[in-house]
Amino acid sequence: MTAAPDHTPIMQRPPLSVRMQPWIPVLLIPALVITGFIAVGNPTSWLTLTVSGLAMGMMIFVIASGMTLIFGLMDIINFGHGAFISFGAFVGVSVLIALGGLTGVPSLALNLLALLAAVLAAMAVTGAIGWGFERVIVRPVYGAHLKQILVTMGGLIVAEQLIQVIWGPKEIHIARPEMLKGAITILGATLEKYRLVAVVFGAAVFIAMRLVLRHTKIGLIVRAGVENREMVQALGYRIRRVFVGVFIAGSALAGLGGIMWALYQELITAHMGNEIMVLVFIVVIIGGLGSVEGAFIGALLVGLLQNYVAFIEPKAALVSNIALMVAILMWRPQGMSPVIKV
Amino acid sequence: MVRFLLSGDGPRSLILSVIVALIFVALATAPFLFPGSRSLEVAARIAIFIVLVASYDLMLGYAGIVSFAHTVFFGLGAYGVALAGAHLGRGWGALAAGALGGTAVAVAVAFVIALFSLRVRAIFFAMITMAVASAVAVLVSQLSWLTGGEDGMNITIPRELTPAFRLDLEIFGTRVTGKILNYYLVFLCCTVLFLLLLRVVNSPFGRVLQAIRENAFRAEAVGYRVVIYRTVATCLSAGVAALAGSLFAIWLRYVGPDTTLASEIMIDILLMVVIGGMGTIWGAVVGATIFVLAQNYLQTLMQGAADATAALPLVPDLLNPDRWLLWLGVLFILSVYFFPTGIVGRLRARG
Repeated sequence: MTAAPDHTPIMQRPPLSVRMQPWIPVLLIPALVITGFIAVGNPTSWLTLTVSGLAMGMMIFVIASGMTLIFGLMDIINFGHGAFISFGAFVGVSVLIALGGLTGVPSLALNLLALLAAVLAAMAVTGAIGWGFERVIVRPVYGAHLKQILVTMGGLIVAEQLIQVIWGPKEIHIARPEMLKGAITILGATLEKYRLVAVVFGAAVFIAMRLVLRHTKIGLIVRAGVENREMVQALGYRIRRVFVGVFIAGSALAGLGGIMWALYQELITAHMGNEIMVLVFIVVIIGGLGSVEGAFIGALLVGLLQNYVAFIEPKAALVSNIALMVAILMWRPQGMSPVIKV
Repeated sequence: MVRFLLSGDGPRSLILSVIVALIFVALATAPFLFPGSRSLEVAARIAIFIVLVASYDLMLGYAGIVSFAHTVFFGLGAYGVALAGAHLGRGWGALAAGALGGTAVAVAVAFVIALFSLRVRAIFFAMITMAVASAVAVLVSQLSWLTGGEDGMNITIPRELTPAFRLDLEIFGTRVTGKILNYYLVFLCCTVLFLLLLRVVNSPFGRVLQAIRENAFRAEAVGYRVVIYRTVATCLSAGVAALAGSLFAIWLRYVGPDTTLASEIMIDILLMVVIGGMGTIWGAVVGATIFVLAQNYLQTLMQGAADATAALPLVPDLLNPDRWLLWLGVLFILSVYFFPTGIVGRLRARG
C-alpha cells in the first residue's frame, strides 16, 4: 500500500486582476465621466451634461429594470414594454392636468403631492394593464420566443392605437409643476431642477430595488428564480405567482419611467414608448439579461454617452449608443454582468 | 412548365390556387382592368410588398430569425437608386447601377449584422436589429446633404417610364403611357424575384433552413453549420428586399424616410407575413394583398361605420378610419394564437 500523497493546501489570494473582474463594469462610469470631461473641455458645460446624462440614465434604468427582471425570471422577451411607458405617461399627465390647482401654485409640498399622485396613478394603471397583458397576451406563449416577440409586438400595436382612441391622436404638452420649472446655478453650471429630481428619484428606485432583492424573502425567491426556476419550484414555491407579481411590478416601473420621461420632455405621444424602447433594449443587452445591477450601469453609460456625444457631435448621438453596444458585446458577449448564462 | 416555374411548390389548395390566380391576373391586367391612377398605385404597391414580405418570410418563416431591420435593406435599395440618379444622371445605366449598388451595400450590412449578432444570442438579434433600424432612420434624416433629410429625394428616371411619355397605342380604351410601362417593369421584376424566392426555399438550402428553424441544435449535430446558413439566409433576404426597395423608388420617383425606413413599415411587413402565413412564400401574396387593400379601402368602410354609429359613445372612436391598425393588430394577435400558419396554412389544411 502506498502512502497517501502529501496534502499541503496553499491559500493563495487570487491576483488583483482577477479580483477586479466584477468591478470593471462599475469603473466604466467614472471612466466615461472623466473622458467626457476631457472631451467636452468646458467644466460648466460638462457638469450640465453630466447631470442631464445621469437623469436620462436613471429614467432609462427605471424602465429597463422591469424588463430585464421579467426576462430573467420568466424568459419572456416583452416587446410590448413600450406600451406601458406610453400608458404611464398618458395616465400621469392626465392626473397632473386634473390637479392643475396643486401644480400651478409655487409651493414645493403641494407640487410634490401632485407629482406623487400622478406617479401612483400611473403605476397603478400600468400595473393593472400589465396584469391583463400577462394573462391575455403573454401567458399562452410561454416558452416560445418567436411567438412571444410577435404577440407582444401585436400587443404594442393595439395598445398604441387604444391610447389614440382614449386620448385622441394629437400629442399633449405638459408643463412641469411650478417649483420644478427653471434651473439653479451651481459653480456656474445651469442645472435644471427637474433633472436633479429625476436623478434623486431614479437613485431611490435603484436603492429600493436592491434592498428588496437582497434583503427580503421575496427578493431572495426572485433572485433564485432568475438563476434556476425549476429548483425554486421544487422547493415548494409557487413560481407562477412570483412571475405574475414581477410582471406587474415591471409594468408599473415602466409606467413610472413613462411619467418621468413625460415631464422630462414636456411632450407625450402614443409612440413615445416605442421610441424609448430602442435605448432600453441597448441597456438591457449591454447590462446582461436578467441583471438589475447591469441594467443600472448600462443605463448610466448610455445616458452619459448620449449627452456627451450630442454636445460634441449631435448627429452621432444615437449611433454612439450602438457603437457602445457593439464594443461591450465584443468584450463580453453575454453583457456586462449576466445572471443567466446561456 | 408551370410546375417548373413554381419550383414544384404550388398553392396546393383549390381555394388558394383560385385566389392566387385572381391576384396574378388582376395585377397583370391592372392598368387596363382598373384604369385610374389610384388603383394602379395600389396594384404596384401590392406587387412590391409581395416581394418584400416574401423576402422577410425567408428569414422569419423559413429560418426562424426575427429581424426588425428589414426596412433598412428596403431603404438602402431605394436610396441607392436615388443617389445614382442624382449623381450619374438620367438613364437606364444609372438605374441599374443604383439598384445593384444599393443591393450590394444591403447585403454587406446584413452580413455584418448577421455575423455579429447571430453568433451572440438569438434573442439579441431582434433587439439589435431594432436598434440598428432606428439608428439608420435617424442617420438618414440627419445627413441631409447626402439623402435630402426628412424631405427625401426626387428621382430622375428614364423618360420612357414617366407619365409624360405616350405610346401611340390603346388597349381596352386606355392609352399606354410611360406610367404603365413603369408599372409593367415593376410587375415583371417582382414576378421574377418572387419565383426566385420560391426556388430558394424549395432548394436543399431552404430545407436546411427549415431544419434549423425546427431544431437548430439537431441541425448542427447532423453536420450543418447553422451560423453560415443563417447568415446566407439573412444576406439573401436583404438583397431581395433591397431590390424591392429600388423598384419602389423607381415606381414612386421619390424616396424619403417615411416611405421606406419608418418603423410603421416594419410593422406593416410583420402584419402581412403573419396574417398571410409564415413559412410559406404564398403567404406573402395573400398577406400583402389583403393588407394593402385594407390600408387603402378598409378606411373608407370604417368611415361609413363610424358615421352610422356616431350617436353611440366610444364606438365611433374605435371605428375611426385612422384606427384601422387597431383592428389589424387584434387580427394579428389572434392569428398568432389560433392560426399560426396564417390564411395560407389554414387553406392548405382544408384542401
